[in-house]
Amino acid sequence: MKFSITEEPIDPAALQGDLHDAAAGACASFEGWVRNINEGESVDALEYETHAVLATSEGEKVIAEAFERFDIIEAVCVHRVGRLAIGDCAVWVGVSAGHRGAAFDACRYIIDEIKHRLPIWKKEHYREREAAWVNCATTGSDSPLPE
Amino acid sequence: MSIQVTAHYFAVFRERAGCETESISTGSTNAAELFNEVAARHGFADARERCKVAVNGALAHWDTHIDAGDEVLFFPPVAGG
Repeated sequence: MKFSITEEPIDPAALQGDLHDAAAGACASFEGWVRNINEGESVDALEYETHAVLATSEGEKVIAEAFERFDIIEAVCVHRVGRLAIGDCAVWVGVSAGHRGAAFDACRYIIDEIKHRLPIWKKEHYREREAAWVNCATTGSDSPLPE
Repeated sequence: MSIQVTAHYFAVFRERAGCETESISTGSTNAAELFNEVAARHGFADARERCKVAVNGALAHWDTHIDAGDEVLFFPPVAGG
């Protein structure tokens, strides 16, 4: 599986081992970390929820698309779910390729599509107020989708 | 004529609906109509265009026809990463 959902801590060093290839001259990786502030509010923890079956099948599609679009050798992505603490790695993407351009481009493509397409939801637990689901409307009016 | 379907809710939708699944007797004939129906009843605040739907285990378009016995999954706006 090139894409997977896990409830366990992500180990980037172990994952990077899957990217090695004698023909690879470049490796680009991205780590999404839980930060302690979002849109000016102090965040204590994040809770990720998913539909694991559909998230995995859509994640596999994203990686297959990256192989079609870019000249890459290997690509792996893992997304963690459950309750995460500040500083935890929530998502890891790694790509190896002959050259850096394709590695950077494919890595960026994968994380961008993962964020927009997979059924994964994030609840932020704030220090000052009640927890809320990111990107979801909290009142009768809809809120814009942040970048 | 109404049909019986099962709706599944996730994240903020599950919290607003107060349940993970419910059996619904509905006159809706496609996923969009069913969404509008449950959104009004449970007070879902997100625009349908920003949400996703899956029917019987696969992501689907909002105009997907629904039949008796279908399992319809409603996904609020996603926020992975």
